[in-house]
Amino acid sequence: MSYHSFLLEPISCHAWNKDRTQIALCPNSHEVHIYKKEGAKWNRIHELKEHSGHVTGISWAPESNRIVTCGTDRNAYVWSLKSNVWKPTLVILRINRAARCVKWSPKENKFAVGSGSRLISICYFEKENDWWVCKHIKKPIRSTILNLDWHPNNILLAAGSSDFKCRIFSAYIKEVEEKPSPTPWGSKMPFGELMYESSGTGGWVHGVCFSDSGDRVGWVSHDCTVCVTDSNKKTVTASLNTESLPLLTVTFITENSLVAAGHDCYPVLFTYDGEKVTFGWKLDIPKQNVQRGMSALAKFKNLDKHATSDENSFMLDTVHKNSISQISNLDGGKKNCTRFCTTGMDGGMAIWDLKTLEAELKGLKIA
Amino acid sequence: MSKNTRTDKFRRVNVDDYDENNYVDEEEGGENQLGPDEAEVDASIRQGNLNAALQAALKNPPINTKNQAVKDRAESTVLKVLTSFKSNDIEKAVQSLDKNNIDLLMKYIYKGFEKPSENSSAMLLQWHEKALAAGGVGSVVRVLTARKTV
Repeated sequence: MSYHSFLLEPISCHAWNKDRTQIALCPNSHEVHIYKKEGAKWNRIHELKEHSGHVTGISWAPESNRIVTCGTDRNAYVWSLKSNVWKPTLVILRINRAARCVKWSPKENKFAVGSGSRLISICYFEKENDWWVCKHIKKPIRSTILNLDWHPNNILLAAGSSDFKCRIFSAYIKEVEEKPSPTPWGSKMPFGELMYESSGTGGWVHGVCFSDSGDRVGWVSHDCTVCVTDSNKKTVTASLNTESLPLLTVTFITENSLVAAGHDCYPVLFTYDGEKVTFGWKLDIPKQNVQRGMSALAKFKNLDKHATSDENSFMLDTVHKNSISQISNLDGGKKNCTRFCTTGMDGGMAIWDLKTLEAELKGLKIA
Repeated sequence: MSKNTRTDKFRRVNVDDYDENNYVDEEEGGENQLGPDEAEVDASIRQGNLNAALQAALKNPPINTKNQAVKDRAESTVLKVLTSFKSNDIEKAVQSLDKNNIDLLMKYIYKGFEKPSENSSAMLLQWHEKALAAGGVGSVVRVLTARKTV
């Protein structure tokens, strides 16, 4: 497990390239910086400056090597690498509020943008006009779309929203693809069709993720719950009330296991056995704090500042020192993930190796 | 100065009523939720079986109903049970509750904080401490994010 502190500001969002040598991240500003790993150091090799508002989402298409970014300036840009320079192409999303999240589809022929305008823009490239065109999914979304995830069939899209619901829509664009074959989520999939809607009684849905097969969808919401629904039993949602602070992001690492992280600053493993979600393990190896003798001055200073003379109670012993806002699979995909990466509000990026964690945390079993 | 500054009625307008995109919670049938059975609760208290009284008081929470009287009655019933516990017995009572009931207990505790009476807050704080140990901060966040509560 390695941790690298990139900045002092929060990392708003990040995306990796195909071979995981470069990372694109937004340092809580209007720009996107691309860092390349050279030896043991991370060097900034590119700066993408085009947005006039904070960049809220970055997605890097592994095969076609294009980056799409979206921001609070209500725009999205598709970036292509031409002779070692990233050139932007504007995509008109036709939204009147900030864009919040963006994701390339698995086949990379379209991408989806969630926004505060209570709709999802599905954008695809129209060859005749040499222009990116977008279509909107509006009904029945009633509030901001906070995050998106594509089903492996390139058609279905899961969307988590701040109207307390997780939904699955069809984003079938007849101009770029064939009619999809039936899936356990449904057989008729015209554009914008609502295939599934969770019963919203909880909080804002902060993170949503399809499993590798696409038959399961998991989400985390602000009322400190983790929920999973299996497409074979759409009416039953297995949910777990956690005891920790709300989780902000989630991903499947195998068909039965999810890793989620959030305001508690450490990733947590959950297991879904088809019936219910159970808490697996807290995935963090705390640093052993050296118990130094404290001088009287330091003791009273701490009493004054932090109302306690115990140094350990106000210093976080987790790797991340602030909330984790995004998690991404590095190796192994969602089927057999071996490494994943987390970035957070402390401006740092941690890479977690599941083999090492299994070895060091006795008793940790990944289903 | 124009004459309009004399009246401030515009400050009392509820702007949300005129927002056509305003989010409105779904109505879920709550007519049948009557709150805990007070007779059962009183009987248990008289017998001295406080744990059973607590379980009975946490049954049928009036979460979806719009009837404020039902909610108030439920709240006072639960408060009655909580007050009759001795400080040392609180921890065991909380341990005997399952996860959902701990969340429900937290909701009642915070409802009780809203209308403090003579010694209620001190007693409720003791209950809060034990319920927090059992349910974690997650149970508190669920009280704060719940759209419909007791």
